Amino acid sequence: MSNIIFPIIGGAFIGVAVISLMLILGHIMGISGLLWAAVSNKSESNSLDDKLWRWTLIIGLPLGTLLAHSLTSIAVPEQGPVNIVMLLTGAFLVGFGTKLGNGCTSGHGVCGIGRLSIRSLVATVIFILVAMITVYGAGRI
Amino acid sequence: MKSLTSLIVGVIFGVGLALSGMTDRAKVIGFLDIFGEWVPDLLLVMGVAVCTTYIGFRIVLRRQTPLFEVKFFLPSNRQVDIRLITGASLFGLGWGLVGYCPGPVLSSLAYLQIEPLIFVIMMLIGMTAANRLRRHL
Repeated sequence: MSNIIFPIIGGAFIGVAVISLMLILGHIMGISGLLWAAVSNKSESNSLDDKLWRWTLIIGLPLGTLLAHSLTSIAVPEQGPVNIVMLLTGAFLVGFGTKLGNGCTSGHGVCGIGRLSIRSLVATVIFILVAMITVYGAGRI
Repeated sequence: MKSLTSLIVGVIFGVGLALSGMTDRAKVIGFLDIFGEWVPDLLLVMGVAVCTTYIGFRIVLRRQTPLFEVKFFLPSNRQVDIRLITGASLFGLGWGLVGYCPGPVLSSLAYLQIEPLIFVIMMLIGMTAANRLRRHL
């Protein structure tokens, strides 16, 4: 049962966070975009205030994850072992692709589809399909 | 005040990602492994998150302004162009190779393991590279 309950509650928490950010600050909760705006100096968010709220949001992510594990029976997942070349290549492509395509799973997948944006729907279908083909291919190497 | 509220929003998001299993790389790969032993959990996560968002946005966006800002910052770009398609494809390739996407990997920094840290650094390098390239396109 917990394998259905936790995904449902988790999904609801994600939705509530997304709605809250829109209600409070009027922004899309796209993590790749927020991260870029927090670290780069060439974006619309140049004031200290604009940077600061993005940084505190980003810091909140691991804090929330720690909280979830300490309050529930969900075990901390194993991260490795992962091939270092795959890790570096994958990470570079995730950064490159989300910057080029203006969004990731949260921005396009949740917020964009939640706004019924065709652009985000197209992006989401593409990245999920390509990821599925990649997993299929990687399993065959 | 903005920073405090966004911290709380981040915490809620981080709780959601951990509860839903998105910070579990193996589970994400299992979800993407549709031709193998498919783990459908994350479809449920995405479905619930999208439905909640859809309803919530309809209510929130009826307002003239957000609580602490003068306007809503909604993307104006509606174009499905080659940049979007290429970007989404490359992101999908990277996601499939490792099983991390940006939100979950930042949340996974909580586990104090080396893989998420390396991933975040390399991801930032990738973003910087795409940004440099974009200026020449």
